[in-house]
Amino acid sequence: MKRWTLFIPFIIFTLLGLLLWRGLYLDPKDVPSALVDKPFPAFSLPTLLNGELKNEATLKGDVHLVNVWGTWCISCKVEHPFLVKLAQQGVRIVGVNYKDENDAARKWLNDLGNPYAYSVDDEEGTLSMDLGVTGAPETFFVDANGVIRYKHQGPITQGNWAPLEKIWLSLVNESKQAVQP
Amino acid sequence: MRSVLLVIVFLFSQMSLAIVDGHEYQFTEGDDQQNQTRAQLFQQLAEELRCPKCQNQNLADSNAMIAGDLRRELYQQVKSGQEAQDIIDFMVNRYGEFVLYRPQMNAMTYVLWFGPVVLLLVAVMCLILVIRKRKQGKDQVEELTAEQQQRLNALLGQDKGDDHV
Repeated sequence: MKRWTLFIPFIIFTLLGLLLWRGLYLDPKDVPSALVDKPFPAFSLPTLLNGELKNEATLKGDVHLVNVWGTWCISCKVEHPFLVKLAQQGVRIVGVNYKDENDAARKWLNDLGNPYAYSVDDEEGTLSMDLGVTGAPETFFVDANGVIRYKHQGPITQGNWAPLEKIWLSLVNESKQAVQP
Repeated sequence: MRSVLLVIVFLFSQMSLAIVDGHEYQFTEGDDQQNQTRAQLFQQLAEELRCPKCQNQNLADSNAMIAGDLRRELYQQVKSGQEAQDIIDFMVNRYGEFVLYRPQMNAMTYVLWFGPVVLLLVAVMCLILVIRKRKQGKDQVEELTAEQQQRLNALLGQDKGDDHV
């Protein structure tokens, strides 16, 4: 037997060790969304504030953040002030009010400020199910063609906005370039 | 004997979990046969589909809000006579492969499905090689050269000669 073959178990052990060590730093909750690069699912829902019907076609033409929220969701309260700030900076945010009481939701927007161009009332959770939402808040980055390009799970805050802003800006640039020629 | 029998019984037992809010999901609309197959399909899928919010719970035993919603959706779909594959596709299209406790067979999961078999084959092959080599080593007794034989004899003779020491 050649001498180096004695090292095979050691080599296997080292490789396996590296693999498992890497695994320690992966987030098991970071599940890739099945909807990235797919068109925004079809829906037809009334808005929360005036009952006007909106559908997926309303999202086309502009880059949007679609934010799934509810008054029952504590993390939504955490991210809300930052969304208001983003809206003031010109980020177009559409809300999906997920399985919520309408009155409580209206009061929330009244008291805490309304960052949303409009919020649709997804009382039954049908749109949220088609979006593969597992909890709130979740935020979808939708490009000007109405295609979902990125999904963020959990609150958006000052602290984690920097990488998200890059995605947002790249989508905005893309839509501008598409218009120019 | 009894305990052996007991072990055998356990080996062949199948797990069947109670479903959270199970009483809500009754199948009573069709004839008995149909109701039974649908109830079975519902039970099977509720156990096989993973709650997308939870790390390791299926739809049957999770209390998460989303699990409740998906149980209801699953119930509606089974009740309306959807095929198992259609329901699975519905879930995967929305929540990704993550929801499947039994992953589908595709390019991404070949390693998962066939990896263990390949590893087993490699291990068996190694075992066979090692055993063969050992056997060969035992069978082949090397003949001593004339010179070595002479030296051996000399050493043995020396031993005998020195016995009295």
